[in-house]
Amino acid sequence: MTTDAMDTFRAEADALVESLEAALLKLKDAPDDRDLIDAVFRDLHTLKGSGAMFGRQDIASFIHSFETAFEDVRAGHVAVDDVLVNISLAARDHVAALLADPSAGEGRAILADLSEHLSRALVGAAPDWRLQFYLPSDTLALGGRPEIVLDELRALGAWEVTAHLDRLPPLAAMDPTQFYLGWSARLPGDTPEDAIRDVFLFHDTGLDLTLARSDEGEAFVAPALPGVDAVSEADKPAAAPSSLMRVPSERLDDLMDRVGELVIAESRLVELAARIGDPGLVSVAEDIQRLATAMRDTTMSVRMTPIGAISGRFRRLVHDLSDTLGKPIDFVTEGEETELDKTVVDRLTEPLLHIIRNAADHGLEPAETRLAAGKSPAGTVRLAASYSGAEVLIVIEDDGRGLDGPAIRARAVERGLLSEGADLTDDEVFALIFEPGFSTASEVTELSGRGVGMDVVRRTIEDLRGVIEVSSEPGHGTRVTLRLPLTLAIIDGLLVEVANERFVIPLAAVDEIVELPAEHATDESGNAFLDIRDTLVPFLRLRRLLSSTGEPDPHQKVIVVTSGDGRIGLVVDRIIGTNQTVIKQLSPLHAGLKTFSGATILGDGAVALILDVPQLVSKGQSVTEQGRHAA
Amino acid sequence: MTATVLVVDDSPSVRQLVSNTLEASGYATFTASDGQEALDLSEGRRPDAVITDQNMPRLDGLGFCEAFRARPGNQGVPIIFLSTDDADTLKARARAAGAIGWMIKPFDQQKLLAVMGKVLPI
Repeated sequence: MTTDAMDTFRAEADALVESLEAALLKLKDAPDDRDLIDAVFRDLHTLKGSGAMFGRQDIASFIHSFETAFEDVRAGHVAVDDVLVNISLAARDHVAALLADPSAGEGRAILADLSEHLSRALVGAAPDWRLQFYLPSDTLALGGRPEIVLDELRALGAWEVTAHLDRLPPLAAMDPTQFYLGWSARLPGDTPEDAIRDVFLFHDTGLDLTLARSDEGEAFVAPALPGVDAVSEADKPAAAPSSLMRVPSERLDDLMDRVGELVIAESRLVELAARIGDPGLVSVAEDIQRLATAMRDTTMSVRMTPIGAISGRFRRLVHDLSDTLGKPIDFVTEGEETELDKTVVDRLTEPLLHIIRNAADHGLEPAETRLAAGKSPAGTVRLAASYSGAEVLIVIEDDGRGLDGPAIRARAVERGLLSEGADLTDDEVFALIFEPGFSTASEVTELSGRGVGMDVVRRTIEDLRGVIEVSSEPGHGTRVTLRLPLTLAIIDGLLVEVANERFVIPLAAVDEIVELPAEHATDESGNAFLDIRDTLVPFLRLRRLLSSTGEPDPHQKVIVVTSGDGRIGLVVDRIIGTNQTVIKQLSPLHAGLKTFSGATILGDGAVALILDVPQLVSKGQSVTEQGRHAA
Repeated sequence: MTATVLVVDDSPSVRQLVSNTLEASGYATFTASDGQEALDLSEGRRPDAVITDQNMPRLDGLGFCEAFRARPGNQGVPIIFLSTDDADTLKARARAAGAIGWMIKPFDQQKLLAVMGKVLPI
């Protein structure tokens, strides 16, 4: 067995174990969802198969026993409940352990638990129902709705629902007002017969119905037209993702690096072609420019990963926390399909785990307290992701007790982070929880650690060029908002010139560009406001910010940029144009810089710094605040 | 569009009970006190379903059912009988006249809603 294939197996198995976990956790909330049960089965089956093929007989035989035990669940003999989900999760963990370390044991205890639970649940279980029916031919004319019949059967837990077209007459003989279809299905054995017959309440006249226990002989004719069966998902061969490929992420990183270099080389080529002025060369350069742009877009889309890829871990975390803390917790996710660069998604996992853990541990009150406060006993933690311009917004919200402002303030003073009586807004007080070494939990729990954390969270988010904010309403909950750039690698930039130096502003942040009015041109009083269509926008002079000397351009421009709710103008000398900006991280030595988020190499080989818009906006906003205080 | 049910019964109390129950669950209703009135009303406003009594003055349920079905555009509108009668011959005649179902009075509200759900989900 080659190492390559082995790696692929490992990657596949890890993905399956993860998907298994996700399905099990969802099953907990929707125990009757056949698709989920089928999904669990499919994952087990694939794992078993590939495990055996790669010489992991231990995994295969463990899963085989697990699968066998689960067979009754799939057949509808055993209902899914919390106990079953927990045992199954333990089994899933064991498989994960076996994958990591073949000596993890046979997991007999887990299998014993499982079969014991199932045998208890199985007592008295009746064999399945087999049902076959053809609705009366006047069904439609009388206003009957066959789809409602099927919906009701599904609600009863029907599976193997198969359409029968054998009574369809030849097209020429078909009367469009008549109904010719029939179905067969299986139903859980514990469904009362009356409930099944009730489904056909309005179709009893002229109904052709056969209902029998599955062990009561063969009362059924095979459907006449094979190949039209509405087969349930699990009966299909395990989804053959011929159109999907698993690729190690390093290769994508390599690809992205090379595309980055290509974009840089391309801009040099374009510049060179423009200088030489040969029409043939210019046209080739334009072609290459177009191709490079397309290639950049494709490469970036390949790197985009949905947030849903990591939300399974959060679901598990909340499930475990709910158990450990003895608090019922609902975990709600929205916008799981929102995509971010893979690097961002990967690096987000830890911070999000931490925030969610905090929400569940500190944010949500125990059930009794919640009841006393008139809330539902189960707390809710919500994770919502959405697009907002060139940023992705991730909100983690709980409906717990909210942050305790005075306690945070007191703790901050005690820790020397704040002077007594400092004048802070609520949000500024809340933001103190991101300061290093801060923790207000009156009892430090095993789960939420010891006050290292939120500062690390903030640092990680800022490393990703993101912004983290917290807001809270006492008694109603806390909301942490993350704003992250869509991608880390290449952006569309606006190239500007300040005092003969070139800088890049991310184009997505640019709102509009206006000329600096003459009355502000030589205003040396520092920062001021600009009246843009009756809105006052504070502006920063980049010349001043960068301590540039020399005469400013006579026609300075103001670039209005936004970040979050903030909006400021940046005064530059000249606008050069847009360019594709391959972001190069600054060295650790410069990581502390607040004004720049990175650097890029221009077509002529020169380096341009990329302005950090969120930082500049918050700087501009604080200028506004000072202005207000002074006024 | 709210699903609209025409309730036909010569007893004002039954009419009121049925329409209140349906309206509380989100259906819209309009009522008629006999088959003839129901026919006249349904000319101007096509219901999505009909619940009708059998024994009524002027025009009974069966008569209404036949006349209603005979009109163009009324195919496929489910008609349910709500009656104290339980004779199989009557049920068969109702079916032949174009009714999809037969419910026995007295009924409870849950049952009525369950029955409506089978022909006209909200």
